[in-house]
Amino acid sequence: MRATFVASEVGNGLRRNLTMTLAVIITVAVSLGLFGASLLVRAQVSTMKDFWYDKVEVSLFLCSKGSDTPSCAGGQVTPAQRDQIKSDLESLRPLVQDIYYESKTEAYARFQDQFKNSPIVDNVNESELPESFRVKLADPTKYDVVASAFAGRPGIEQVNDQRQILDKFFRLLGGLQLIALLIALVMLVVTVLLIVNTMRVAAFSRRRETSIMRLVGASNFYIQLPFLLEAALAAGLGAILAIGALILMKSVLIDQVLAPSFQFTAFVGWDQVLAIAPVMLLTGVGLAGLAAFFTLRKYLRV
Amino acid sequence: MILFDHVSKVYPTAQRPALDDVSLEIEKGEFIFLVGPSGSGKSTFLRLVLREERPTKGQVWVLGKELNRLSNWKIPALRRQVGTVFQDFRLLPNKTVFENVAFALEVIGKPSSHIKKVVPEVLEVVGLDGKEGRRPDELSGGEQQRVAIARAFVNRPMLLIADEPTGNLDPGTSIGIMKLLDRINKLGTTVVMSTHDSQIVDQMRRRVVELDTGHIVRDQSRGVYGYAR
Repeated sequence: MRATFVASEVGNGLRRNLTMTLAVIITVAVSLGLFGASLLVRAQVSTMKDFWYDKVEVSLFLCSKGSDTPSCAGGQVTPAQRDQIKSDLESLRPLVQDIYYESKTEAYARFQDQFKNSPIVDNVNESELPESFRVKLADPTKYDVVASAFAGRPGIEQVNDQRQILDKFFRLLGGLQLIALLIALVMLVVTVLLIVNTMRVAAFSRRRETSIMRLVGASNFYIQLPFLLEAALAAGLGAILAIGALILMKSVLIDQVLAPSFQFTAFVGWDQVLAIAPVMLLTGVGLAGLAAFFTLRKYLRV
Repeated sequence: MILFDHVSKVYPTAQRPALDDVSLEIEKGEFIFLVGPSGSGKSTFLRLVLREERPTKGQVWVLGKELNRLSNWKIPALRRQVGTVFQDFRLLPNKTVFENVAFALEVIGKPSSHIKKVVPEVLEVVGLDGKEGRRPDELSGGEQQRVAIARAFVNRPMLLIADEPTGNLDPGTSIGIMKLLDRINKLGTTVVMSTHDSQIVDQMRRRVVELDTGHIVRDQSRGVYGYAR
């Protein structure tokens, strides 16, 4: 194996096929950029899920005077009902992690705090707000267990799961991620087709060399290696561009634009970007290598 | 060296076989002419020896190996022991004489110290010393064919296949090429040469195998090109 010879062949090949090489670099960069962005959105969704599911609670609102749901037909919740609910909740441990009782007074204080700039505060008095149990679940996805056990029970007006509100938002992000992923897949297919075609042109433009190589007994590996390296190099450059774009997304779009304006939530960290980058590089170089390998097997036969 | 044992070759789209039940043995050190009109099967014969084609029937033995049973990855090793020369030279136009010959060694992974040693040697054998730096388009046809022969011979192959090597050359130049091939043969390499050039065949008086529509119609030691003269 003569490294300098192979290297000079690769250099010649890339230079001779410059426009095609550029096209490969750009399509690889765009498709991998989209691919990386979709992986980043997925990481973002899972980061936000970790962050928010940790904070969400299931709220069991108890009947107050004005409640009109069937389970509140008996009027305001009785102390006995309240104690029964509390002990039933306790029996659901360890699924139920924390139980917190919010009285009407506390509910009113929180309401006043949340809407302190709104005139609505003046129109609501303490007795109109329901008392409630705030329950934190060890596994927020097991909401149904609590809901089925308590919804519709006498003394309980409503069982509310904050997760359901968040899930709508996550579904939206998930949908965006899916669209980005689909576009990325289409682009990756285009990239593979382009690489196949580039390899065909490269093999054709060097058919004189390769036919002589075959005649004098160069091994298939030696004949194909420069082509494979060219494809891998172009794809690698494209992947590096895409990774650069991803880093830019993280450091500018997320850290400087989104994070300061949405301080209440968590964003993906550099560790996740660091995990995505090698996936992009391997996907790009691997796909290009495979595409080139199978094309060359057809066009550079022994 | 070469043994064809009842070899037939039918191309998928052809109506008659290109070679039809051909049996032939070529001994080590021989110089043999393959003659016959176009389409008689000469090129197919040579392509079978180089394992560019596989026979439809029969066995082809080259350098002690039965080519049907030779796995794909062993073909390069076979071709390293078989030099090939063509009518159209097949040189690389953007490489010098030296680089064209060196290319054959580079692509089989020989170290550059070895290349620097053997390329000038072989260029001297073919009579091109002093023209190492020329490019093919600066050379005459005969000189270009000498470069091609140098490239085929630089590995000191056991066998040299020449497919109408003088087909593009004038008679005077052809004689020079034939002298060179004769010299290579005397250095111990078996030479199989296909040709249409009756003058050369008649002058050399070597073994002649004549093919016609895929059959061997004549096999003469010290033969001439055709009966009818």
